[in-house]
Amino acid sequence: MPDFDLGKYAAFIWPAYAITAAVFAILIAASLNHARRWRARAEALSAKAANTGAGRK
Amino acid sequence: MIPAPAFLTNPERFMAFSRWAAPMFGAIAVVLAIVGLWLGWSAPPDYQQGATVRIMFIHVPAAIVCEVIYAFLAGASLLALVFRHMLADCAAQAAAPLGAGFTLLALITGSLWGRPMWGAWWVWDARLTSVLILFLLYIAYLALRASLDDEAKAARSAAILAMVGVVVLPIIHFSVYWWNSLHQGSSMFTKGALAPVYAWPLFAMLAAYLAAFGSLWLVRIRGEVWRRRAEAAALRMARA
Amino acid sequence: MSRLGALLARETALAWGRGGGPLVSVGFYAGVATLLPLAIGPEAERLAAVAPGAAWVALALASLLSLDRLFERDYEDGALDHLALSPVPLELTCAVKCAGQWLATGAPLALAAPVAAIALGAPLALTPLIFACALVGGLAFAFTGGIGAALSLGARRGGLLTAVIVLPLFVPPVIFGGGALAAFAGGLPWAPGLALLCAYGAAAVALGPLAMAAACRNALS
Repeated sequence: MPDFDLGKYAAFIWPAYAITAAVFAILIAASLNHARRWRARAEALSAKAANTGAGRK
Repeated sequence: MIPAPAFLTNPERFMAFSRWAAPMFGAIAVVLAIVGLWLGWSAPPDYQQGATVRIMFIHVPAAIVCEVIYAFLAGASLLALVFRHMLADCAAQAAAPLGAGFTLLALITGSLWGRPMWGAWWVWDARLTSVLILFLLYIAYLALRASLDDEAKAARSAAILAMVGVVVLPIIHFSVYWWNSLHQGSSMFTKGALAPVYAWPLFAMLAAYLAAFGSLWLVRIRGEVWRRRAEAAALRMARA
Repeated sequence: MSRLGALLARETALAWGRGGGPLVSVGFYAGVATLLPLAIGPEAERLAAVAPGAAWVALALASLLSLDRLFERDYEDGALDHLALSPVPLELTCAVKCAGQWLATGAPLALAAPVAAIALGAPLALTPLIFACALVGGLAFAFTGGIGAALSLGARRGGLLTAVIVLPLFVPPVIFGGGALAAFAGGLPWAPGLALLCAYGAAAVALGPLAMAAACRNALS
């Protein structure tokens, strides 16, 4: 069973885990955001290009 | 051309592959992390380090993975240079910020691990110092990539830097360990076999970190592919 | 060969002449050596303890100074294009450029290093080793620095970028040279450090130009 009694080291262990969790959260959010943003942009631009192309024909 | 599976060379196939692979790796990472943390926190406190051994489960995987990522960065850069393959360049560009993030984690958790043991927020022991220099290498890659306006030139220049870096990295490691032994620096990490009660959670966490990197890397590469498509489309429209 | 000789003469003359050449580097070096006791206090013992290492680090930093001029000037006025097209391989041209750089700034710095170290309190017996390390180290710094200079061609704030790229690459020679000096000062064998420094320098001379030429071709493309 997990033992959560850290004694005097708690002040180091919890921040270590907290910072790890925070950095992971940032990396995940940033990566997903990056992908989402560029996907939206790419699809919008290709739709626009298709429209202008169709309009020209 | 070296034979490679289609999902790695063909952008369309890659996007189809990563669509399910990225969440799958993410799920594997979460499961492994839960297992690793459960086992790790159930283990008794270490005889020498007390409860701070719990930090090992988040420090050592970060330190190992940040080096692995640099190897991938260099490999992708080599493929990008030799084959001028768009996916390879996307992979290299996507890996760099992740590598910097894991390296930063290794440094911060290393510092927090060292403080109760050695009384100082930073110890110039061989491993931490090498990781610090690796962090500088990532920063150099990101800075170089960002500072050249011509994207193709920036990509090639950064790829050359990545390869110079991967050649120099073993030399840096060697020199730092040599330096450390010369000055009888404090070794933060006791040598010797790790007891199985710690080894299993550590392996689980290492696998979890690798799976997490895999998942995030695939996500970022997808983002890079879309970015290039968006920019190509914008360029076509500007010309039309 | 005469073409290479002419190129070497040109590079050395340019590195010597432009922007004050060795004078600027040596002046910077003297400035750093002066700032150090001002910062950490004049106690002879404390200074003497850091003197060889500090002189060595200042040398590495002074080598950074003239780096961005190594390729930038030729890149901007088109000379680099001509050099790339000449029958001399670009790798060799880059090597000659770095060699010229070393002759014009690295060698004078190697002469200044023992002086600075003694001023900071290093023992006199250390001077031949300091000179040797500075000479070989200067070669390593010039050739690895050239890689950074070539990679940042065309970038904004090229000088700063070059420094950021190059500092991790400077770590092994700094460690090896500093280790040799510290070992000598402590009565321990200094040969391993110097040998490793020479090995790194040789590797830099052999492999650096490959990266530099690739970077130059990329910038010119």
